[in-house]
Amino acid sequence: MLTKRIIPCLDIKNGRTVKGINFVDLRDAGDPVELAAKYAETGADELVFLDISATEERRKTLANLVLRVAEKVNIPFTVGGGISSVEDVDILLKNGADKVSVNSSAVKNPDLINELSQKFGAQCITVAIDAKQISGQWIVHLVGGKVPTELDLFEWAKEVEKRGAGEILFTSMNNDGTKDGFANIALKKLSEDLNIPIIASGGAGNIQHFVDTFKEGKADAALAASVFHFKEIEIPDLKKELADQGIPVRI
Amino acid sequence: MKIAIIDYGAGNIQSIKFAVKRLGFEAVLTDDAEEIKSADKVIFPGVGEASSAMKMLKSTGLDKVIPLLKQPVLGICLGMQLMCEYCEEGDTPGLSIFDAKVVKFDNTVKVPQIGWNQIYDLRSDLFEGVNEKEYVYLVHSFYVKECEETICSTEYGVEYTSAIKKNNFYGVQFHPEKSSKAGEKILENFLKLEK
Repeated sequence: MLTKRIIPCLDIKNGRTVKGINFVDLRDAGDPVELAAKYAETGADELVFLDISATEERRKTLANLVLRVAEKVNIPFTVGGGISSVEDVDILLKNGADKVSVNSSAVKNPDLINELSQKFGAQCITVAIDAKQISGQWIVHLVGGKVPTELDLFEWAKEVEKRGAGEILFTSMNNDGTKDGFANIALKKLSEDLNIPIIASGGAGNIQHFVDTFKEGKADAALAASVFHFKEIEIPDLKKELADQGIPVRI
Repeated sequence: MKIAIIDYGAGNIQSIKFAVKRLGFEAVLTDDAEEIKSADKVIFPGVGEASSAMKMLKSTGLDKVIPLLKQPVLGICLGMQLMCEYCEEGDTPGLSIFDAKVVKFDNTVKVPQIGWNQIYDLRSDLFEGVNEKEYVYLVHSFYVKECEETICSTEYGVEYTSAIKKNNFYGVQFHPEKSSKAGEKILENFLKLEK
C-alpha cells in the first residue's frame, strides 16, 4: 500500500540551515547535508529544502548545495525558493534535485506551471500555496504569507492541477507557527477536489496532529520543520504511533 | 568494472551516479554507442515524458543500440517503460525488449503516484537479501501491466509490474537510487550480476 509521507523541511540561507537547530549529535547543525543525511537515516520519507537567500550568488550556492545533498542522501528531496524559470529548474534537476517547488512565480505567471510540467514532467513539479482564511474565505498569499492576492485557494489549486502540477504543498498561514495542528478542513476539501497528492504544512505541534491530518485532513504527506529540528518529535516515534493508529507508513 | 549510465538528456541522472559511487563503484554518463556497448553494466535512466524521451533516443541512434546490448542492462522508471512494447503516454512505440504495455493509472487513485510503496512476489536474483513487501520510492503516472516477464509487483488501485526481466535486460519502476537501504541493495545486486 502507498504510505503516508513524513517530510522535514529545512530553511536554507546562503547554503546553510537557518533557525537554531538543536541536534547535539551533529558535528555541524548548520550544514544542510549532514542534517539531511541524519533525517534520511532516522526514517524521513522525503526532504524539502526551502532557500530564502537573497544574494547575487544564490543560484550558484543553491545548485552547489543540491549537488552535495544528492551525493550523500539516499531519499528523494524537493528544492524551493525563488524558482522562476525553466533555467532555474533545469539547473536544480541536473544537480540532483528530484522535485522543485514553485510558489509566487506560479501566481505571477501561471503559464510557468505548464512549461515546467511539459519540459520536465508533472512528477517533479510541486506547486506550493500559502493561504490564509479571512472572513471564511481561503485567500492565496505571497511572499511567505505577507501579501494577499485575489485568488481563492480552491480555485487556484484546481487551476494548478489543470496546468500540470504533480502535487500541491499547502501551507495554512493561520496554522503555521501555532503548533495547534494542521488546517484539516481545508486540506480535506483540497484532497477531495483534486486528484493529485496534497502535502499538509503549517501547525504541527505533536504526534496526534499528524494522525489527524492523515485521518481527517486526508493529506498524502505532512511537512514540518521546528518539531523535528528541536527534537520535540522523533520520526521513529511518530511513525510507530501512526502505524498503531492504522495509518500506512514506511517503517 | 565499467558502468555506463546512458545520458540522453533525461532529468535526474546525477543521483544514479552518486548512488553507484556510494556502493564503491564509478559510473560514466555517456551517449556514445561504443562506450555503452563496451561497458560491463549499463543503466538506462529516464524521467519525464515518453514520446519526447523516445525522440531524444532516436536522434542519437541509441534506440537501435540498446535492444542489442549483451551485458546486464537496468532500465529505471521511464527507462523501464521505454523498454516495453508500447507506452500510452504520447502514443509512443517503445523499444519492444519487454513484451508488455504501459498504460495510465485510472482516476480512482491520485495520479501521479508519489511516495513509498511495497514490492512483493519477488522472483529474481535482483532481490537477493531484499525482504518481501519492502518499501521503495516511486513517482509515476503510467505503469507496466502484469505480464510473463514480471519479477515483482506493486499495488496502487491495480496490481502492476514494478520490476521486469528478460534475458540480460532488467527494468524497475521504482528509483533504487532514492529508495534508502533497500534500493541500494537492489542496485548492488544488479552491479554484481555475472555477465
